[in-house]
Amino acid sequence: MTVQPDRNVSKDLKPQINLDDKVPEGALDEKWTKYRSTMNLVAPNNKRRIEIIVVGTGLAGASAAATLGELGYNVKAFTFHDSPRRAHSIAAQGGINAAKNYQNDGDSVYRLFYDTIKGGDYRSREANVHRLAEVSRNIIDQAVAQGVPFAREYGGLLANRSFGGVQVSRTFYARGQTGQQLLLGAYQSLSRQISLGNVTMYNRHEMLDLVVIKGKARGIITRNLLNGKIERHAAHCVVLATGGYGNVFYLSTNAMNSNVTAAWRAVRRGALMANPSFTQIHPTCIPQSGEYQSKLTLMSESLRNDGRVWVPKTKEDAIAIREGRKTALDIAEEDRDYYLERRYPAFGNLVPRDVASRAAKVECDKGHGIVPTGLGVFLDFASAIQRYGKSEAHSQGHHDPDPALVTRLGEGVIKEKYGNLFQMYEKISGENPYKMPMKIYPAVHYTMGGLWVDYNLETNVPGLFALGEANFSDHGANRLGASALMQGLADGYFVIPYTIGQFLSGEIRTPWISPDEPEFAEAENATRERLEKLMSIKGSQSVESFHRRLGKIIWEYCGMSRNAEGLQKAREMVRELREEFWRDVFIPGDLNDYNPEVEKAGRVADFLELGETMILDALDRDESCGGHFREEYQTEEGEALRRDKEFAYVAAWEWDSEEPQVHKEQLTFENVELKTRSYK
Amino acid sequence: MGISIIINSFVQLQTNDLITVFMNWFFNFLTSSIGRKVIMSLTGIFLMLFLIVHLAGNLQLLIPDEGEKFNLYAKMMTTNPIIKVIAYGNYFFILLHAVQGILLWSKNRSARRTRYAVATGASSSFASRNMGWLGVVIFVFILVHMGQFWFKMKFGDLPSVNYGQYADGVKDLYTPVAYAFKQWYFVTFYVISMVVIAFHLNHGFQSAFQTLGLNHRKYTPTIKVVGSIYSILVPLGFAIIPIFFFFFR
Amino acid sequence: MKLTLKVWRQKNAQDKGHFDTFKVEAHEHMSFLEMMDVLNESLIAEGKEPVAFEHDCREGICGTCNMVINGRPHGPMQGTTTCQIHMRHYNDGDTIVIEPWRAKAFPVIKDLVVDRTAFDRIIQSGGYISINTGQAQDANAIPIEKDTAARAMDAAECIGCGACVAACPNASAMLFTSAKVSHLALMPQGRVEHSRRVQAMIKQMDEEGFGMCSNVGACEAECPKEISIDNIARMNRSYVASVLASEKAV
Repeated sequence: MTVQPDRNVSKDLKPQINLDDKVPEGALDEKWTKYRSTMNLVAPNNKRRIEIIVVGTGLAGASAAATLGELGYNVKAFTFHDSPRRAHSIAAQGGINAAKNYQNDGDSVYRLFYDTIKGGDYRSREANVHRLAEVSRNIIDQAVAQGVPFAREYGGLLANRSFGGVQVSRTFYARGQTGQQLLLGAYQSLSRQISLGNVTMYNRHEMLDLVVIKGKARGIITRNLLNGKIERHAAHCVVLATGGYGNVFYLSTNAMNSNVTAAWRAVRRGALMANPSFTQIHPTCIPQSGEYQSKLTLMSESLRNDGRVWVPKTKEDAIAIREGRKTALDIAEEDRDYYLERRYPAFGNLVPRDVASRAAKVECDKGHGIVPTGLGVFLDFASAIQRYGKSEAHSQGHHDPDPALVTRLGEGVIKEKYGNLFQMYEKISGENPYKMPMKIYPAVHYTMGGLWVDYNLETNVPGLFALGEANFSDHGANRLGASALMQGLADGYFVIPYTIGQFLSGEIRTPWISPDEPEFAEAENATRERLEKLMSIKGSQSVESFHRRLGKIIWEYCGMSRNAEGLQKAREMVRELREEFWRDVFIPGDLNDYNPEVEKAGRVADFLELGETMILDALDRDESCGGHFREEYQTEEGEALRRDKEFAYVAAWEWDSEEPQVHKEQLTFENVELKTRSYK
Repeated sequence: MGISIIINSFVQLQTNDLITVFMNWFFNFLTSSIGRKVIMSLTGIFLMLFLIVHLAGNLQLLIPDEGEKFNLYAKMMTTNPIIKVIAYGNYFFILLHAVQGILLWSKNRSARRTRYAVATGASSSFASRNMGWLGVVIFVFILVHMGQFWFKMKFGDLPSVNYGQYADGVKDLYTPVAYAFKQWYFVTFYVISMVVIAFHLNHGFQSAFQTLGLNHRKYTPTIKVVGSIYSILVPLGFAIIPIFFFFFR
Repeated sequence: MKLTLKVWRQKNAQDKGHFDTFKVEAHEHMSFLEMMDVLNESLIAEGKEPVAFEHDCREGICGTCNMVINGRPHGPMQGTTTCQIHMRHYNDGDTIVIEPWRAKAFPVIKDLVVDRTAFDRIIQSGGYISINTGQAQDANAIPIEKDTAARAMDAAECIGCGACVAACPNASAMLFTSAKVSHLALMPQGRVEHSRRVQAMIKQMDEEGFGMCSNVGACEAECPKEISIDNIARMNRSYVASVLASEKAV
């Protein structure tokens, strides 16, 4: 349909599609140990002769670059940020899981493995997840040795808290800034390797193409964001740790600059995008307040421990609140619908993220939303304040306390537990959440889908690896809280340093890759042409406006719930929008200058292609599982209906501007029994 | 030939030694940002101690004895060998404090070449932002003050008074002091200078402790209070003298 | 609300720079950066180049955003980054002056964007613990007093935004450097190479062209993470002790 400057690599040049998962033989709990002890190694003298490119310096990228540098490889690390410390891993609040069993509450590697597989609604690979659970313990050791100031008990040992979807306390945390502290730990290790000369750091460089030579990933094309210079960088292999694509929705809790470009450029060169429709919608975010809104802010899941979610029972009340004629306090107790407690009496407000999010959408779709846009529900701490207040008053010896005292004491307890979150809420919304219930709504938060990788974290393009949120590997159709940090660091510190040897041991005789190879010239020219084409359109609409429109389509039709009809319609809309983009986008300024609009344009162009692939994936999967809810496939009570016989596979998409193709990797479950998740 | 090699290598050795002496750790320390600050801090503390001694001496001016105690004290201060050594140390520290202060000030100015268009003092105290300017005023004061009294005492031709202890009497510093402090412009100059010194000390006192790292959650608040009291009382003590002379003598 | 913005424009580090004045229509629920988005969208609609400013997470943790708003780094609110300031703190008709961080060590790249890689180089000079992946013992092998860990965390919360440098009349980087020195010094794991670290980091800090601390305290007052200048005292103490006691010259 559209004429695009990208050269589609002709089919016969693409590497053979091979979805061998390369999972080693043996019992589940011995696979990794055995594999690790028997895999091919690269001798130290050979490591010095090998170059590795790592793109992205978040948790996965920084930890990988640092560790590979420590091993003696020559690493070149790239980030589009001004410093590796800015990656969005830094914003993770809650914590990181590890099967340490320090609390003696029955945790084990197997239990973490099982919780993760089950939480992911049985759409992830057993062997990968088990390995993740195994190395989770090493991550905590590593982080503590780096000086990460985790929370501690009075005895000086590490503290834990519990998170949604599990029955043990295995989450390690550093206040509400666990992601920040872990990222800084990795960043410091990376900094050390930079100072030792083992890693060369390229800040403000954005990867704009992958260079594949004779079927192997051998380098990247980057744009220097300071001056627009297009550069070639060659290496023996390429590691992508470039995060998730949640910003395809425009509004998400992702950072403004998070994007899919590096991964998508790899897809354009033959890598496969797996399960792109698996996106996580986090139930507790601050609702959108207007059209100008640029991003959404998450409020930690931990709030649902004490907050009760509700909407008014009648539409009239909801409308009155929306129009400012009433406030939450005017709605009598019996006129409130605590819908999570009503629908899921067993788990109540603590149902998993996907369930809580969908339930909020159902209420708002019925017209009971309580913010002017109609998209918001209350998260109310009043009863928790009363409960804590009474018990606190009691413990202070007031057996018949007056209500004011109870409220004051109760607010004190809440402040101790969630003070910084309440403060953040007040900063953003301007309302005092101690007095008025919080207003929340679900928002896109994480993408389980990503580049298809095998057990070695290698994509179907030999020599191209994907780590962290950029791959699809471990979370299936839904990720559990505090598992993203775990996976990013597991991949970077403890998996890729071993598994990359499987590829590189075959490359020890390969001389340094020259950036003068014709494939580099071709990729550089393609990149330049694409950028020049974008600049030359000189249309009438801003990049931002296209991004906003794309986001609306994806959110509307491929968000919290999807149906075939809507998805088909959305696909057409996205294709039309793409066509319009390439016809009418306007990019001010100069290509050879510091120009954020150029950066955004390239990213939105890629989102416009990814968006279509997401929609196709959602359309292909005729079942509901985890974050993917197809309205056609639900039980009579409106719960997700999984279809394991037909859909226990990974859908890996090959890009084609006319008709993207799906390749399937069958998932086999030998160690867990597939059950329906129930929270009633 | 052989001799020249020996001479050459000797010269080289000397130069190398010289370099190591100048480039050694101590030199590096003193020229590091913190080293320079430590010099400011230590000289500052010495000068603050000096001020106490100086004030104690000067308050003798208030004794109604026609300047006898004061003149004897002045004689002692200029003749006692131990005090002489300390005094030279004092001059040196004042100069070091001033020179180092100017160096810091110029380095700090060069660290920000473009100023902000909007300047707010919202987040810091007046004194802390203006230690350099306050210091310049104080330096001018010291020059005037020393020229007026110290120079006269040391090299000037002051009449002698005899209190009996010394055969040829002692120099009468009291009279010129009393005369000066009857002039309204000197009194004003002294009082304003003392206000400036108060501000300088108010920041300098706690700053000296902070720079030396003598900081503790329990003790620092006390240090700050003591610093405030010191920085008010000492300049006030000095300022009282000219005011007293102007109005009551 | 209608606002007048005076925004610093500068093509590159060599350019002298000047203020441009814009009128912008803002909404009280907007964040400050969303107000800047509105400005930029309107500039783009007129075919003009938008104001270059840096931002990323917009939730106060990445440390990317950096604006001096009416003379104050990160604007008027205590303990708040630019991205977390909301327009409800301004009134209809206000004039807002927006400038970049100004420091020799942070050269302007364009408009409000500055180069803060000096901070990276300070960390690279020693702001880490020298252990390789896989060498760690069990995480609970060394107990750490709860309070000590909390104080380390207080220092470790630094987001590396550079507001301390921007606020300091001397453009000094002491608060940033001392926060990392303190964080690592308070953890037993970091104490091993503490002496070497403090000397190396201060040497690098001095070489970057930051000014010298004169204990003004503006850094602490403007720090969006409210990091204490107690850390600077700790670093001073450590540095003097380290220089006097260590047998090796650094």
